[in-house]
Amino acid sequence: MQHENITIIEPRSNFASIGLAEIVRHRELIYFLALRDIQIRYKQTLLGVAWVLFQPLVASLLVAFVFGSFVRFDGVTVPYPVYILSGMVMWLFVFTAVTMTSNVFVGNTNLVTKVYFPRLIFPVATTLACLTDLLISLPIMLILMAYFGVAFFWQMLLTPIAIAMLFLLASVVGIVFSALNVRFRDVKFAMPFFLQIWMLASPIFYPVSFVPEKWRLLWAVNPLVGTLDLWRATLFGNSPDWQVIAVSSGSLLVLTIISIAIFRYMEDDFADIL
Amino acid sequence: MKTIKVEGLSKRYRIGKTRANSVRDTLAGFLRREISLEDRDLWVLNDISFDVADGETLGIIGHNGAGKSTLLKILSRITRPTKGKATIRGRVGSLLEVGTGFHSELTGRENIFLSGAILGMKRAEISSKFDEIVAFSEIEEFLDTPVKHYSSGMYMRLAFSVAAHLEPEILIVDEVLAVGDTSFQKKCLGKMQDISKGGRTVLFVSHNLHSVSRLCKKALWIEKGAIKNIGPTSEVVSDYLSKGLNFVPERSWDRPDEAPGGEHARLRSVRCLDDDGKIASTFDIRRPVMIELEYDVIKEGKQFSTTAHLYDPEGFCLFAANDVGPTWQHRQRPIGSYRSVVTIPGNLLAEGTFFVTVMGFGPITHETFFEAKDVVSFSVYDPIQGDSARGDFGGPMIGLVRPMLQWKTDYFE
Repeated sequence: MQHENITIIEPRSNFASIGLAEIVRHRELIYFLALRDIQIRYKQTLLGVAWVLFQPLVASLLVAFVFGSFVRFDGVTVPYPVYILSGMVMWLFVFTAVTMTSNVFVGNTNLVTKVYFPRLIFPVATTLACLTDLLISLPIMLILMAYFGVAFFWQMLLTPIAIAMLFLLASVVGIVFSALNVRFRDVKFAMPFFLQIWMLASPIFYPVSFVPEKWRLLWAVNPLVGTLDLWRATLFGNSPDWQVIAVSSGSLLVLTIISIAIFRYMEDDFADIL
Repeated sequence: MKTIKVEGLSKRYRIGKTRANSVRDTLAGFLRREISLEDRDLWVLNDISFDVADGETLGIIGHNGAGKSTLLKILSRITRPTKGKATIRGRVGSLLEVGTGFHSELTGRENIFLSGAILGMKRAEISSKFDEIVAFSEIEEFLDTPVKHYSSGMYMRLAFSVAAHLEPEILIVDEVLAVGDTSFQKKCLGKMQDISKGGRTVLFVSHNLHSVSRLCKKALWIEKGAIKNIGPTSEVVSDYLSKGLNFVPERSWDRPDEAPGGEHARLRSVRCLDDDGKIASTFDIRRPVMIELEYDVIKEGKQFSTTAHLYDPEGFCLFAANDVGPTWQHRQRPIGSYRSVVTIPGNLLAEGTFFVTVMGFGPITHETFFEAKDVVSFSVYDPIQGDSARGDFGGPMIGLVRPMLQWKTDYFE
């Protein structure tokens, strides 16, 4: 018999590698786990897809109604409800993905303690499953834009770049929380608080230009700032604030490295703690 | 050719009350510098070394808590060793439970793909074996029904047939055969035999010495985390049967964090008592044997019953005795201490050694609140005074039970 793959099992590895090759080898498992999440979610909720569509729409219209009547932001070039919805669909994805992902190991104890596969696959698959919500709500976004007479630009073809950044961001934040949640039980109580602050500190209801220029680059350390700016620039054909996007991208890269390092350090103990 | 080479493998668990499981406690402990004062190290595996040759089937036996499962978990890469090294050549598939990755909301068809992928199969592989898997499981009609509507037998059959069609070069199996009805167990065992005859390397942990003897040429006996014996199965099994069985009529746990149980209930002690209420390890065949369980309910709101299962030394289950008394059948248990006793009448068991497994379980929910396998053991002897089922017969008698049954003999000239 030919043995090509030799596995060496040793005490804790140095967490220098992400084990990317192994994750790529398990790409079908990512697909099946994401598919499972999607199937279960749409089976369990009676309203299914409708719920995914109406949640951001209703929330956006409410916010637009409340704020739009007495606040006027300078950087907003499109009708306010459209602007809010564009931020809301993105934020709801981050919110749902991080919330779901943080629970992924605690909620799947039987898988973690009974079978091996690269642990990183789990949070990635869950985030991927949540991405379907975002994709489903995009047509609504376009319909609303058409309704309000927003012009369509060629830059829209570049929106997938912003969505990819958002996906990476949600994954890495989810990855950290999923690991911390295994080890520390109070993390789940801190998380809603963290998410709320994060939402208010991100340009979801207001434009990037709302923050004074001298603070703007420091603020852009929050990767969601640059991601949303890029998203709206490509969606509405505005000129983006390249400096903000550059700072956010750099910060996202650093966050990715730190998150994966933390995860790799903690993952060996998952099966023993759970 | 060594497929598996294990060198000095050791695993330590930290147990203790001060294990902080929240950020707050960790920070507080750090500031007060009182981390791990009370922690104790428990070496679940201690310096284990052995080799498994290509195509060999190795049975792993030993008492509960001996370290068998930990060994399998390390070799399956679920947890890491603390020390030592294992080198494995080839693709590993491990079956540590039946139905790994099954989700109750999904249909049989969806679960075949999901579970297959989780166990390490490629999508193309699952598609090509799909019909075979369905045929083996005998659930064709229900393929598109969510598995939550399956009977437990159907669920097991489907789960096992997915697993059985996994074709790794090395298969690691933990007691999955201990579930299901007898005919299903036979089918599983047959499939396992095919797998090992097919030239694949198999590691097989079981309580059931019958199946180990049938499946494995070589066996490994682990006791308290160390290798006690390794060699041809017949030798290891007989060594285990002669030395490995010591009667433990009483087990108790002083530290609740080490006791079997979960968030709702913890076992405190299990004892074998004679009809005078004294702890005993040998019983007169004519006298009753009482199994006493003491446990605490630490979180209210659950309804559960206790059960005792009796096994012979080879792992064959004689019976399961559930508490079906009316007091706790339909009532949620309040917090507090409990004592439950089951009486095995005299003149029921045959002479021999018996192992007791106790559990607290939800009769409706099927939840397990605590479980202690082979927790106590006792032996039964017959003083042969003429009033047992033996009568005056002094020779060897077969059978695991020996009830006094009524005979009637009519005489016709």
